[in-house]
Amino acid sequence: MKNCEFQQIDPRALPTPTPTPPHPHQGSVMAEEPRRPRRKWEVFPGKNRFYCEGRIVAARQSGVLPLTLGLILVTSGLFFTFDCPFLVKHLTSCIPAIGGVLFVFVVITLLQTSFSDPGIMPRATPDEATDIEKQIDNTGNTSHRPPPRTKEVVINQQVVKLKYCFTCKMFRPPRTSHCSLCDNCVERFDHHCPWVGNCVGKRNYRFFYTFIVSLSFLTSFIFGCVTTHLALRAQGGKGLVFALQESPGRYPLLTNVIYDFLMELVICFFSVWSILGLSGFHTYLVASNLTTNEDIKGSWSGKSGEDVTNPYSHKNICINCCSVLCGPMPPSLIDRRGFLPSDESSQTGGVDIEVPAAATKSEINVCTQGTKGLLESATLPPLLTSSCHQGKPQTAHTCSDNSAALNSDPSPALSTDCGARHTAGSQGDTSPSHHTKTHSKKSQSAA
Amino acid sequence: MAETHSLQDLQQPGVSSKVFVQRDYSSGTICKFQTKFPSDLESRLDKQQFEETIQTLNNLYAEAEKLGGKSYLEGCLACLTAYTIFLCMETHYEKVLKKITRYIKDQNEKIYAPRGLLLTDPIERGLRVVEITIFEDRSVGSGR
Repeated sequence: MKNCEFQQIDPRALPTPTPTPPHPHQGSVMAEEPRRPRRKWEVFPGKNRFYCEGRIVAARQSGVLPLTLGLILVTSGLFFTFDCPFLVKHLTSCIPAIGGVLFVFVVITLLQTSFSDPGIMPRATPDEATDIEKQIDNTGNTSHRPPPRTKEVVINQQVVKLKYCFTCKMFRPPRTSHCSLCDNCVERFDHHCPWVGNCVGKRNYRFFYTFIVSLSFLTSFIFGCVTTHLALRAQGGKGLVFALQESPGRYPLLTNVIYDFLMELVICFFSVWSILGLSGFHTYLVASNLTTNEDIKGSWSGKSGEDVTNPYSHKNICINCCSVLCGPMPPSLIDRRGFLPSDESSQTGGVDIEVPAAATKSEINVCTQGTKGLLESATLPPLLTSSCHQGKPQTAHTCSDNSAALNSDPSPALSTDCGARHTAGSQGDTSPSHHTKTHSKKSQSAA
Repeated sequence: MAETHSLQDLQQPGVSSKVFVQRDYSSGTICKFQTKFPSDLESRLDKQQFEETIQTLNNLYAEAEKLGGKSYLEGCLACLTAYTIFLCMETHYEKVLKKITRYIKDQNEKIYAPRGLLLTDPIERGLRVVEITIFEDRSVGSGR
């Protein structure tokens, strides 16, 4: 989650004498007070939410993360309140210690999975997008929306198809998939997990794996302790029923004990099976260096009859496990806390004022600007121009005015973007939602 | 001819085009860039110089992503502390990225800027491309 900024000082980004003076506060969508520097997370094009000034990343819908947290806290709370005192007295005081360590592990890794960048790939800059389009459209069939574009690479003697992402305007690297819920391409995309409210990808897979493994241990541990507690109480008296009715004096309310047992038993029983099953599944994935996405699609299982093997596997279980879980931690590619260069913000404000609502007129004006437009397109940061992808109708309209005014070349590409905002890469749509269905079936209630 | 440069000229050189060096995925998902020399740079730069720059970058990224004793140790330690050490400690990858930034700055100063070119650090482009900006050829030896 640590975010280091890599800002190469670009001589062109230094404060330059701006040609248009910024007009303050005249209804422009993107301008703020003239001098306040904006951070890049404020103009991030995907459907993510940022907290703590860009330090925390979350998906737009938090899913059932509050439920997950609630179940964990409630069950652990009941465990520490009711079972621990009894077991410490009758068994050993290690029990709350072990429980405590597991609980801390579970909560920390859950929060890290939910709030860290899963490996989001930033969208291509307009110049990159134009360059790629030029390379592809050699045949010149640009009259209609081109068919899905693919590029083939050979990785370890396997042919891998790289698909073109229309939203992010780039060829997706291998194992990268576009998540439609978050509207981002995520590297080594595993699945979008509603229980943690975030995608699981390259950067947070190890947090997710540690979370489910420690959660399996925690639920098994609590289940074991509750069963032991019940058994010990039953031993001392005349059976289970007596145990449940025992010592009203110890607890102010008799029913507390019963509810405690029932709740913990029920939650832990279902969780143990589902979470253990999920941990087992992911252990298999880690050992074979597969992602859930690839496993579900059967990319490397040889269904088509050809001799296909996983080209990313190191062919050794230990090395696979180590590389996935203990490998170097890749950095976050989206520079959330970096500042947008201030001259672009003020220029944006200025241009907004100059251009009235008529989009077509401004595009024509811009196309004649020539080199000035080229220069401005060079200095404009990628995230600012691609903020068109916000998708709201009114801002999309204004966005196309705004960006079209600044970029002479990529304006056709950008105006199609604003319209084609919801065309996410199709593969990313089906697989995660499929998995989340099976995931939620498996774990009806998670502790 | 007197070589006078107005401040405007120095700070706003004309960008004639940009060249993008794409990623090379033939070895898998590790960060590696293609060493194929782009035709647009033929007039400005030696093929050998370009290849050397890209190869050094590839080696640095390989060092960052290397699976070895040190990275495993770092990973295991992180796992034992529930990954909280990532909040306090700079990872090996981040250290190498800083090294790469310094190398690119150095290359820009020594080789690329005198030829009217600018290398952009790939981390600013999401490790997708190495962007080389070609500036308009105003005057020979304009330097920086």
